[in-house]
Amino acid sequence: MNNFVILPILIPLLTGIFLIFLTRKVNVQRIVSLISAIISIVIAFTLVIEVKTDGIQVLQASNWDAPFGISIVADMLSALLVLVTSIIVFSVLIYSFKHIDADREKFFYYPLVQFLIVGVNGAFLTGDIFNLFVFFEVMLMSSYVLLVIGGTKIQLRETIKYLLVNVIASALFVVAVALLYSVVGTLNIADLSQRIAEVEQPAIITAIAILFLVVFGLKGAIFPLYVWMPGSYYAPPIPILALFGALLTKVGIYSILRTFTTLFYHQPEYTHSIMLYLSILTIIFGCIGVMAYMDVKKIIIYNIVVAIGVILFGISVMNTEAIAGSVMYTLHDMLIKSALFLLIGVMIAKTGTSNIKRMGGLMHHNPLLGWMFFIAAISLAGVPPFSGFAGKLMIIQGAFKAGHYAGGIIVLFSSLIVLYSVMRIFIYAFWGEKKEYDLAPEQKKDNRFLMLPIGILIAVSIAYGIGTEAVYTYVSDAVQVLMNPSDYIQAVLKEG
Amino acid sequence: MKTKPKTNDLILQTVTKVATFVIVLFSIHIFFAGHYTPGGGFIGGLMTSSAIILLLLAFDLKTVKAILPVNYLLLVAVGLVFSVGTGTGALFFDAPFLTHAFEYFDLPLFGHTSLHTAVLFDTGVYLVVIGVTMTIIQTIGESE
Repeated sequence: MNNFVILPILIPLLTGIFLIFLTRKVNVQRIVSLISAIISIVIAFTLVIEVKTDGIQVLQASNWDAPFGISIVADMLSALLVLVTSIIVFSVLIYSFKHIDADREKFFYYPLVQFLIVGVNGAFLTGDIFNLFVFFEVMLMSSYVLLVIGGTKIQLRETIKYLLVNVIASALFVVAVALLYSVVGTLNIADLSQRIAEVEQPAIITAIAILFLVVFGLKGAIFPLYVWMPGSYYAPPIPILALFGALLTKVGIYSILRTFTTLFYHQPEYTHSIMLYLSILTIIFGCIGVMAYMDVKKIIIYNIVVAIGVILFGISVMNTEAIAGSVMYTLHDMLIKSALFLLIGVMIAKTGTSNIKRMGGLMHHNPLLGWMFFIAAISLAGVPPFSGFAGKLMIIQGAFKAGHYAGGIIVLFSSLIVLYSVMRIFIYAFWGEKKEYDLAPEQKKDNRFLMLPIGILIAVSIAYGIGTEAVYTYVSDAVQVLMNPSDYIQAVLKEG
Repeated sequence: MKTKPKTNDLILQTVTKVATFVIVLFSIHIFFAGHYTPGGGFIGGLMTSSAIILLLLAFDLKTVKAILPVNYLLLVAVGLVFSVGTGTGALFFDAPFLTHAFEYFDLPLFGHTSLHTAVLFDTGVYLVVIGVTMTIIQTIGESE
C-alpha cells in the first residue's frame, strides 16, 4: 500500500474542483493552478525516485485486494510519463497566462486543464483496463470542452467531428473491454496478463486485441484512423493545441504499449505484424502531410503523425532495444512537440498569420525565438546530441536486429523528411529581409514573457538529450517491466 | 404583438405541487436505502432532478429559478468536494485512497444505527447528479 501513487491523480482533481469556485477571479485561478503544477512536478519526481529505489509501487484503492478492487500501479514507464506530463502542464500554464483570452479564462479554462490532467495521469497510472476506459473518458470530456470553449465557427465545426469520432471509439472501447471480460473473466491488467498467458492467447483474444488496437489507434492517431486529427487540432488556441498534441495522442500510444507488451504478446506474428505495416503507413502518410502544407500548425500537427508512426514501429518490432527506443522517443516527443507548438504560437502572434510564406524575416525581430526554434527543430529530427537522437537510434538498432531492414530505413528517411519540413519553416519564417507585419494595434503584444515557458521546455529537452546516459538507466527499468510482464504481475497481485 | 397562447394546465400544476414533494421524499428514501439495498446517490439524484424537471414542465424556468435559486454548477463542485473529500480523508488515516469506515452508534429516535462514511461519498454523488442534470436541462431549455 502506498498512497503516494494516487497523488498525481488526486492533486489535479482537487485543484480542478477548487478552481470551479473561483471562476470569476482569474488571477487567483492562475496562482492556484501554478502552485498545483509545481506540487505535481515535485510529486512526480519523487515518484520516479521511489520507483527507481523500491520497484513498482501499487495502491489497492479502497482497500480491496488485487483482482477484485481497483489497482493504481506506478511502474517506471508510468512514473516517467507522469513526470513529463507535469513538466509540460507547468510550462503550458505559464504560457496560457499571456496567451489565452480573458473569456476563456473565465469560462473554466483552468479547471478544465486540471481535469484533463486527471484523465491523462489516471490513464498512465491505472492498473485496471476498465479504469483505463474511465480515465480516457475523463480526459475526453475535458478535451471536448477545451476544444469548443471560445465557440468560434471553426471550433464548433471541428468539435462535432472530434466528438463523433471519439464517441464511436469509446463505444468500441467498452465493447472490447466487455468482450475481454466475457472471455477471461477479469479486468485487472496483471490478472489479465496472467490468465491470457495461461490459455496462451486463443484466436478470440487475438481478435479482441485487434479491436483494442483500433480503439487506441483512433485516439493515438495511427493510419488510417488519424484523419480526424489535423482538422480538430487545428481549431483551438495554441496552449490547448500544445496540451492535446503533446499528451492526448501519447495516451493512446501508451495504451498500445501497455496492452501489447503486457497482455497480447503471445501472437506477435499476427498482431505485431499488423502494427508493423500500419506504423510504416502512418510514417509515410505523415511524411506526405508534413511536406504538403505551408501552414505551420498543419506541418507540426502532421509531425505528430510521423512521431506516432515511429513509436508504434518500435513497439511492433518488440525487442528490448526497440521498446526502449520507443519509450525514449515518446518522452522526447512529448517535450519537443509541446515546445514546438508554443513556439509557433509566438510566431503566429508576431506575424498574424500561420502561413510560412507570409512570415519571413522573423530573425531580425526576435533572434531568441529563432534559435529556440532551430534547437527544437533539430531535436525533433533527431540530430545528436539533442533528445530525439537516442530514441530513434535504438528503434532502428532494434529493427535491424530483428531483421526489419526496410522498416528501419523508412524510419531513417522519415527523419530526413521531418528535418526538411521544420527547416522549411525555419528558412521561410526566420530568414529574409526584415519586414513589418500588418497587425491590428491590439494584436501587437509583448511576447517576451512567452519565451520563459518555451525556454523551460527546451532546457529540459536539451538536458534530456545530453543526459541520455542517465535517462537510459531509468528507461531500462521501464523496459525491463514491459518485456517481463511477470514483474508487473508479481508487484500487483502479491501486494498484500 | 404576439400574445402568449392561454394554456390549460391547471390539473398538471395542481398535481405537480403535491407530487414534487412525494418524489423528493421518495428520492431521499432511495438515497439512504442505497447502502445495503438497491438505490444510492446516483438514482436518488436522478429522481430529485426529475422532480425539479416536473416543476419546470408545469411552470417555467423563471418560476423554478425563483423557487430554487441554486447555481447548479456550484452544486456540482460542492458534490465533488464531498465525494473526493471522503476518498481523500482515508489518506489521513494511513489507509488506501477511498477506504471507508463505519461504526455503530446509539442515536436518539433511530436507536442502534450504523454510520458509514460511504453516505458522505454518496451525498457528493447525489449533488453532482442533480447539478449536472439540471445544468443540461437548463441549457437546452434556455435556447428556446
